[in-house]
Amino acid sequence: MSLSTADIKRIAHLARIEVNDVEAEATLVKLTGILGLIEQMQAVDTTGVSPMSHSQDLSQRLRDDVVTETDQRALFQKNAPPVGNGSAEPAVENGLYLVPKVLE
Amino acid sequence: MINKSLKQLSTMLAEKQVSSVELTQAFLTRIDQHNSSINAYISLDHDKTLAQAKLADTMLASNTASALTGIPIAQKDIFVAKGWKTTCGSKMLENFIGPYDAGVIERFDAVGAVNLGKTNMDEFAMGSSNETSYFGKVQNPWDRLRVPGGSSGGSAAAVAARLCVAATGTDTGGSIRQPASLCGLSGLKPTYGLVSRYGMIAFASSLDQAGPMAKSCEDMALMMNVMTGFDARDSTSLNREKEDYTLEIGKLDKLGADKPLAGLRVGLPKEYFTEGLGPDVAKVIEAAIAEYRKLGAEIVDVSLPNTMLSIPVYYVLAPAEASSNLSRFDGVRYGHRAAEYTDLMDMYCKSRAQGFGAEVKRRILIGTYVLSAGYFDAYYLKAQKIRRLIAQDFAEAFKKCDIILGPTAPSTAFKAGEKADDPVAMYLQDIYTIAVNLAGLPGMSIPAGFVEQDGKSLPVGLQIIGNYFDEARMLQAGHAYQQSTDWHTRAPEGIL
Repeated sequence: MSLSTADIKRIAHLARIEVNDVEAEATLVKLTGILGLIEQMQAVDTTGVSPMSHSQDLSQRLRDDVVTETDQRALFQKNAPPVGNGSAEPAVENGLYLVPKVLE
Repeated sequence: MINKSLKQLSTMLAEKQVSSVELTQAFLTRIDQHNSSINAYISLDHDKTLAQAKLADTMLASNTASALTGIPIAQKDIFVAKGWKTTCGSKMLENFIGPYDAGVIERFDAVGAVNLGKTNMDEFAMGSSNETSYFGKVQNPWDRLRVPGGSSGGSAAAVAARLCVAATGTDTGGSIRQPASLCGLSGLKPTYGLVSRYGMIAFASSLDQAGPMAKSCEDMALMMNVMTGFDARDSTSLNREKEDYTLEIGKLDKLGADKPLAGLRVGLPKEYFTEGLGPDVAKVIEAAIAEYRKLGAEIVDVSLPNTMLSIPVYYVLAPAEASSNLSRFDGVRYGHRAAEYTDLMDMYCKSRAQGFGAEVKRRILIGTYVLSAGYFDAYYLKAQKIRRLIAQDFAEAFKKCDIILGPTAPSTAFKAGEKADDPVAMYLQDIYTIAVNLAGLPGMSIPAGFVEQDGKSLPVGLQIIGNYFDEARMLQAGHAYQQSTDWHTRAPEGIL
């Protein structure tokens, strides 16, 4: 399976990472090498083998459906990044996070 | 004093030969002298550190102390710590202040251990040389031109350069064991699920595991007693009875000084001794095996036929999990946000493009690709199936032996820049360590000798792999070796 720079740009968009043409070109070379390494897997016969996601094969533990968290919004919002586009203010207002408008 | 083991210092603190404040200050002074060149620490906060040391001294005075009370420990910068800058080696988190304590940090705090600072690491723990850190590369104290290994390279360099008594690390594919090998110290990745992942910034959640990095197996046993234990906040934490990891080491004295390991079956996987292994490293490992024979161990041949497949499997599973875990970094609530953007999509794409380094982006892209529509079965599911075959290899091997011995890394520390531009060559550094993570088994590396290169002595690590929950026996086997050899006591020239 060979990739093109158009593929790289499509994957990067899915991953929400901006890439320019030069970066896409360089990434293509590296990713092709890594995917070549990964390709070794296809030679293995895995008929009848069940996939393993966790070493202990445990079932997911569930906790009781009760409130365990306390309100720490003010503390957490201290880590808010600056708004950007000319504003160095933290991207919070009235306990909410500020992002660009998505609805007109 | 700075060259003493954790155990020795623990006794000195208990007997009031030194206070925690004095001990901590001694290390802070050394850090101030050496860190600008070695770059083992990203964040230091002398006031916070000394306040913890003062608190430890009151514990020591009031009979509420235990083995780690007052001991200065370096914490890998992957653990969120309240009030501490927590960067994970990334520009993305350059200004992130921990709003809470990770489970591991809580456990050290509870026994009065002192947090000396946050250590440098490959960005988001993705790397084997510490060169992907946004905060600059770390020097290997044995040869300043060489890498310390990674991703826990800062922790390894800090222990080797005696800039802490011991340190924490995390290991997803070898990130504790490989730097321990390259820097000449002891490092242990426990069975998956033994140490809480709560507050440990996630890379590949089904593989990530924290563990101790120290000067000896005895010291690691003391740290394991603090670090392990059930944590309900980590959904994969194992609820088992608390274990004393010093117990098996303590039994050694009674087992006879001559053949303390009599009855221990040591397996040598033939796949670990093929052409990929450097001949100089092979020689050191063979000498270590001879030492185990002398200590009474029975050597048996075993086979791990799917070893070579562990790298392709890992480079599907780990990036897949990483691409999902790292989607939280979107520039909205914390982390880097681009200074200029047009709309929300542009803000996401620019913030992530600027906040992540090249290797992290590569892995996110691989993960996104292998999980994308149409490829899931061919890559992710296939990798999970081979993962089971790899785990079964170990299960077969452990029918014939109690522990497995082999090299930790195929070579000694390489020069900075040597592999930085070749991801595939870098990934092969972890050929002997990755399978252990895939199987969820415990693995450790202990110093086994040196190779002379460019007029420098470069450490070689011996890997000990155990069956699930067999850490106490592994530490015993490592301790017996450390009683009959002195490799683990050596310090880099010019550092003391």
